[in-house]
Amino acid sequence: MHEVSIIQSMLDLAFDRALSQGANHIHQLSLRVGAISGVVPEALQFAFDSCTVGTIASDAKLEIEWVKAICYCPQCHAEFTPDDWVYVCPRCEHLTHEIRQGRELQLVSLEVS
Amino acid sequence: MCQDCGCSDFPEEMVKIHVHDHSHDHDHPHPHNHEHPHDHHHEHIALDRDRRTITISQSILSQNDRLAERNRGYFIAKGISVLNVLSSPGAGKTALLERTMTELRDCLKSAIIVGDLATDNDAQRLRRSGAEVIQITTGSVCHLEAEMIAKALQQMHLDGVKLLAIENVGNLVCPAAYDLGENLRVVLFSVTEGEDKPLKYPVMFKTADIVLISKIDLAEVVEFNRELALHNIRQIAPQAKILEVSAKTGLGMQDWCQLLQQSLNSLEAIGDNI
Repeated sequence: MHEVSIIQSMLDLAFDRALSQGANHIHQLSLRVGAISGVVPEALQFAFDSCTVGTIASDAKLEIEWVKAICYCPQCHAEFTPDDWVYVCPRCEHLTHEIRQGRELQLVSLEVS
Repeated sequence: MCQDCGCSDFPEEMVKIHVHDHSHDHDHPHPHNHEHPHDHHHEHIALDRDRRTITISQSILSQNDRLAERNRGYFIAKGISVLNVLSSPGAGKTALLERTMTELRDCLKSAIIVGDLATDNDAQRLRRSGAEVIQITTGSVCHLEAEMIAKALQQMHLDGVKLLAIENVGNLVCPAAYDLGENLRVVLFSVTEGEDKPLKYPVMFKTADIVLISKIDLAEVVEFNRELALHNIRQIAPQAKILEVSAKTGLGMQDWCQLLQQSLNSLEAIGDNI
């Protein structure tokens, strides 16, 4: 359940930026979450609801953009989207561990007033 | 748009808490100006004109990543090879490290940081190997973070130490996301856990530099399907070196210790080039 730690880190970042720009209310936080980031959106939402109580984001909406995994095949020099957790190139069937996208855990923006 | 007060365009989720206890009239032309009475109460979360967007585009774990890089720089400068040892509870991390440090005792100085939710039982066991051991008790935190390692380092005497093993909290989910500054990530699973462990915890296994199949002395008793396990690891973690070990009988320990020695040599080569 490290989603609580993740949310707490995100809120630290968000509060810092919101307050430094003169905002006293956060209405929305937008995240990008990669498919292989190791976090579960439902758990993030649960942690978010708990961690924002009594804060300037107490009624904020958490918007999560889910980012799919993209791998790179070093033999074909091409990217591909894996079907599951086995990252096998659809062209040459090479097993790769090179990940180009999908580990994201990023705070994209805040909507404040 | 609320006809009574003019508030408009609430995001969907806020509509739910925007409770009107009055009825709405139908739309009508409104060419004249006059004061609207405002004797009802509902909360204005914010007017649109006050709202603005702050673009951040920053990794949530950026602070941990920064601290991990600082730890890594410190380790390289000191010429210390650092292992982040990960597994589910009971896979044999402590037994492996106790045996490893005991076997390496005569050829290199080592140290251990061990993380657990509670107790220092593992630290007491590990001290028998002769290595310096620091216990981090995380309380309710299910993983180690780079900052915890940085704090532990302040209490350690690392002069002459060549190998530092960080025994993470027993958990195959959460620690995957936290870089500690290690140069080798070692993921263990024991033969008693089943051959499909890598399929069940792919995120963790995909981060592994080395996968150790532990308690290999029990393979026959539990009818461990070795070929299937190797296949599963290679499917999920094709980048990982795979070794089979038993901390109890010593099987595979020589290969494992050689691998550690090689990683130390390559680290020293990196240090020489800085």
